[in-house]
Amino acid sequence: MNAKVLVLLALLPVQAMAQGFAGLGNDAGGFAIPQPDTVLQFPADHGAHPDYRIEWWYLTANLTGADGTPYGLQWTLFRSALAASDGQGWDTPQLWMGHAAVTTPTAHFVTERLARGGIGQAGVQAAPFSAWIDDWVMEGPDFNTMRLAASGPDFAYDVGLSATGPLVLHGQQGYSVKSASGQASHYYSQPFFDVAGTLTLPDGPVAVTGTAWLDREWSSQPLAADQTGWDWFSLSFDSGDKLMGFVLRGQPDYTAATWIAADGRTTAYPDGAFAATPLLREDVAGRKVPVQWQVRLADRGVDVTVTALNRAAWMATSVPYWEGPVTMTGSHGGVGYLEMTGYDG
Amino acid sequence: MTRTILSALLSHWWRNPLQLFTLLAGLALGTALWSGVQAINAEARASYDAAAATLGEGSYAQITAQDGGAIAQASYVALRRAGWLVSPVVQGKLGAVRLVGIDPLTAPRGIGAVPVDGSADLAAFLSGAGQIFARADTLERLPPTGAQGVAAPDVAPNTAITDIGLAQRLLNRAGQIDRLIVAPEQPLTRRPLDQVAPGLVQTVPQGGNDVARLTDSFHLNLTAFGLLSFAVGLFIVHGAISLAFEQRRPMVRTLRALGAPLQHLIALMAVELAALALIAGLIGVALGYVVAAALLPDVAATLRGLYGADVSGQLALRSAWWLSGLAIAMGGTAVAAGGALWSLARMPLLASAQPRAWVMARQGPGLVVASLGLLALSGGLALWGQGLLAGFVMLGALLIGGALALPPVLALALRAGQAGARGPVAQWFWADTRQQVPGLSLALMALLLAMAANVGVSTMVSSFRLTFVGFLDQRLASELYVSAADVPTAAAIIAVAERQAAVVLPILSVDRQVAGLPAEIYGARDHATYRDSWRFLREVPQAWDKLARGEGVLLNEQLYRRAGLDLGAMVPVAPGLALPVLGIYGDYGNPVGQVIVTEDVFRAQFPEAAALRFGLRVAPGQVGALREALQQEGVAPTAMIDQAAIKALSLSVFERTFTVTTALNILTLAVAGFAILMSLLTLAAMRLPQLAPVWALGLTRRRLAALDLLRAVVLAALTAALALPLGLGLAWALLAVVNVEAFGWRLPMYTFWLDYLRLGGLALLAAALAALWPAWRLSHTPPARLLGVFRHER
Amino acid sequence: MLVSLRDVTKTYPGTEAAVLRGVSFALDAGEMLALTGESGSGKSTLLHLIGGLDTADQGVVAIDGIDLTPLDDVGRAALRRGKVGVIFQQFNLIPSLTVAANIAFQARLAGQHDPDRAQALADRLGLTPHLHKYPEQLSGGQQQRVAIARTLAPQPRLVLADEPTGNLDEATADTVFDLMCALVAETGAGLVLVTHSERLAARMPRRLHLRAGALA
Repeated sequence: MNAKVLVLLALLPVQAMAQGFAGLGNDAGGFAIPQPDTVLQFPADHGAHPDYRIEWWYLTANLTGADGTPYGLQWTLFRSALAASDGQGWDTPQLWMGHAAVTTPTAHFVTERLARGGIGQAGVQAAPFSAWIDDWVMEGPDFNTMRLAASGPDFAYDVGLSATGPLVLHGQQGYSVKSASGQASHYYSQPFFDVAGTLTLPDGPVAVTGTAWLDREWSSQPLAADQTGWDWFSLSFDSGDKLMGFVLRGQPDYTAATWIAADGRTTAYPDGAFAATPLLREDVAGRKVPVQWQVRLADRGVDVTVTALNRAAWMATSVPYWEGPVTMTGSHGGVGYLEMTGYDG
Repeated sequence: MTRTILSALLSHWWRNPLQLFTLLAGLALGTALWSGVQAINAEARASYDAAAATLGEGSYAQITAQDGGAIAQASYVALRRAGWLVSPVVQGKLGAVRLVGIDPLTAPRGIGAVPVDGSADLAAFLSGAGQIFARADTLERLPPTGAQGVAAPDVAPNTAITDIGLAQRLLNRAGQIDRLIVAPEQPLTRRPLDQVAPGLVQTVPQGGNDVARLTDSFHLNLTAFGLLSFAVGLFIVHGAISLAFEQRRPMVRTLRALGAPLQHLIALMAVELAALALIAGLIGVALGYVVAAALLPDVAATLRGLYGADVSGQLALRSAWWLSGLAIAMGGTAVAAGGALWSLARMPLLASAQPRAWVMARQGPGLVVASLGLLALSGGLALWGQGLLAGFVMLGALLIGGALALPPVLALALRAGQAGARGPVAQWFWADTRQQVPGLSLALMALLLAMAANVGVSTMVSSFRLTFVGFLDQRLASELYVSAADVPTAAAIIAVAERQAAVVLPILSVDRQVAGLPAEIYGARDHATYRDSWRFLREVPQAWDKLARGEGVLLNEQLYRRAGLDLGAMVPVAPGLALPVLGIYGDYGNPVGQVIVTEDVFRAQFPEAAALRFGLRVAPGQVGALREALQQEGVAPTAMIDQAAIKALSLSVFERTFTVTTALNILTLAVAGFAILMSLLTLAAMRLPQLAPVWALGLTRRRLAALDLLRAVVLAALTAALALPLGLGLAWALLAVVNVEAFGWRLPMYTFWLDYLRLGGLALLAAALAALWPAWRLSHTPPARLLGVFRHER
Repeated sequence: MLVSLRDVTKTYPGTEAAVLRGVSFALDAGEMLALTGESGSGKSTLLHLIGGLDTADQGVVAIDGIDLTPLDDVGRAALRRGKVGVIFQQFNLIPSLTVAANIAFQARLAGQHDPDRAQALADRLGLTPHLHKYPEQLSGGQQQRVAIARTLAPQPRLVLADEPTGNLDEATADTVFDLMCALVAETGAGLVLVTHSERLAARMPRRLHLRAGALA
């Protein structure tokens, strides 16, 4: 922190949250470290893991209005711990951050919330499942049937989620390696949600249907020291198969992928099997961001061009990044979501 | 060429150091008072702004508990979960320091945004022992907290900021919140406030912070005095510049004859003046700093006592005021010199270049018209003006109009004197005095303004003081005042007091909005104390009886004026209860409105407000015994205060309020005295040709000197005679117009003739002292110099 | 030709009669002449026109072949600095400067200050003991000597003297006058002397007499 004069309370949350994304790559500082032999337990692991530094409940949805207009939706709850403990009241070191967004072909609405743990303003409870920050919720009697709602100054949404397939564990039974030197996280998904509900946009309410993909991930040292960010793809092919793949940009890049068959069976792919190459970079919010990619998974014959629905899907939040719906052409057709971090420098 | 011309122009000042001194000192003194006042204002404003930024006052809507109490933390969470973007604040006194606890994650951007010097981080602020941000001097006053103190110079004075969790713990207020700051941008979907948290109310931002608005009038007051001082200074500068230009007319002609181009000359003279103004401005700003530093502690005490506003007692060198000081010095010089430069630019090369004393202040019908116009404007504003600004414009018009009237009035008076004069010397005296008026009129105007301000302000302060002391006697009738920490202590106090045969008058109060204005509602027990000692400004018949029967309320004057609630008007006391106004009482020194209902009504409407403060009536000789008995019951000595102590405290707050005005007053008078001295000294030299013939005709130098002394006294006396009505007009305007607008109360005007007489005597003395040296010099003028007059005249 | 006037006419605003009516004459370099006439005959006005202190209504006033008529204030001021020196009846010294500074003043203004020449002039005029005094400490004769030194220090081509000894007693006047003439001659400047004194006029090689604004 070299800024001589610091607008302290406006800037500091950013610093803390940024640590979750990119900082402190090597130092777990008293926090628990993901172990390959951990067996995930449900519904307990749907809840929070306060002894890990960072965790998220990350839902993205590809939706369609009655008139066929495509939409994207994001609901994310981040947990970031200042220390590996929990408790009640203001002294809790658990901080929470919510991001919500709706993307249309011509507009991108974003809003953010920050909250302290320990006073009830934000938190996650495993069963019956409830994740909330302020008035934003993802909750239901169980993990398969949930209501998802968020609101910002210029948009809101309230949709229902119902799972049509099983939970999916990435990597080695949910132990997802993130670098050649062994940094890892616990990572599972529910990519089989059907969605129906209402988006409230400046022009009025829009009834939408579609599919959603929920990612759950927690760790204490998610990135290696040389890694500057990641490009993460969740793709749903017209065939019903799905592909999760990411590139952690570093020296050299590190990739991993999970092929998810339509029935939920998974195949994990090690470093190098999955490849993503930027085809087109665009000026987005003053940064050069790739908005079109060539994505390949040779083992499955996947060679697709992934194109952003709206190139301006910049998340102008405390920790800025790009997150938005995409479409695919090439060997496979379909839709999905793309997240790109580390382009804010 | 430029250097040669400049050397000639500047040599004038070195050869006439008195003129240079007059110019620099007049300008510097005027600038000093102006920038001193501005420095004080700037410091206070910076403190208010820091407080507003620290606490989010003014710029954000706030949610508070309807009953004025604490908000449960659960209500905060409920509001957040209902979509309200609000941020909690808890505050309280930790020792003498105001501790403010905030939640950095939800606070709107800018709240508590404090530049700190170095290694602050969120983790340290939120967890572990925590951090407290405050000015270095505030940190020193904090009792030990265990938290890390971080120096942050932009935090409001006497305020410390920390995380809400730590603040709740330090203030012993776990789970309590005082107010919620409402973010300006709210989400689309929100449940209504009364559904989520009944008992909470939202207040809209006022645009500008409360303290700043409350104290605006006080600062406007200071500013007006600063301007007045500067105006007096400007009279001096105008005089000095005019004189210097007149004296340099021959030099300008010679320079042009020797080949210096006119434009070049004018430009160089402008540059020369600008440089002098800059020097004087810098001296003035430095002096202003001294003035401000000397007065600031009193101002800070006043603002704290009168408005509860924390202002730093430390003066910072803020560019706003020292730049404005320099600007006004330069601008004032430009105004004063503009005319002189203009007439020089139009002066024909071959025109007579003799210095003309009479042009120093041109007179004529224009002056009379301007004076009458300004006085008429002032009268019109007095009758029909609205608002504080109109009040000050009225004051300004009155003072300047009065000042401009001085030369014509003096001329009239002197003409009358001349008409009544017998004997040649007397006739010459009056005629010569008349001839001196133009040369002295600027200095005399300065004296007039200073005296009028002195009369006006001292009348206001003394009237206020008389009224205030009487008011204290009425209001502080109980011999002893006791506060209880809790209800059991209160019961013990009542028991002890009744054993000691004291009458117990509970002081019940709640803070409520009345007619949209902040106010206190008091419950009064029906007791002879009130009936005997209270005086109303206006009342209906049997007001106390009706009050006792719960048939109405009493109102303080502020609320009556601000809310326009006259006798008989219905006052909404509580939801579903409105009562008519029975009486209006003076309530000096209180910034907020006040409503008094009888005890029964109060207890019925506000059952939650316990009586924790009491006035105890007991024979004066038994106060000591009562104190001891209460102390034995565990009442802390600091919780008891007797009548005499309260009166002393109230009076000290009052005295401090006017220390500043008095100080400025005296300084202004001193500046005016200086103006007279300088005018007389400079005139003395120019008057030699006028005196030489009289001397030649047989008046001794001693006689001439004595007559000059007498002349100064006569002129000062005439000026003083005019200053008195002007000053009384000023006092009336201050009491009946400015006070009502600024503070909400009108004061009766008293006159203090002995004081005025003494002031007049002082003015005469000042004039005589100022004239003494020039007169002495005249009486010792070598005859050769007087003769030289004839030799030099062609 | 140092000075050349052709048909010069001057009327002051607000007066009917012309002060100067069709005056023409010429003066060679180094030539000296006396301009005499009664009070109000226009001799001072004529001097002011030659010195560029005032402007003619009609006709041509030229110094060293330069026509003064089209010159503005700056141009005429430059002429006064460079070529012409004026000695006034009232001396017109700068009261706030010392004698030394007064002597050097015009030369400085013209950018031709020569300390040796200033000192030499002061010596010749007997001012050396007074160099650090101020004008008010000098007698009238001494003050006029200072004015003469000031005028001659920049070595003007033309000296205009307007009743230079009018404020001095007769004995002093003669001494000062002689000194002035001698020094002007040494400088090689032309001299136009305005005087109503027959005695002084008689001592000049050439003489013009003005009567009611015209040369007699």
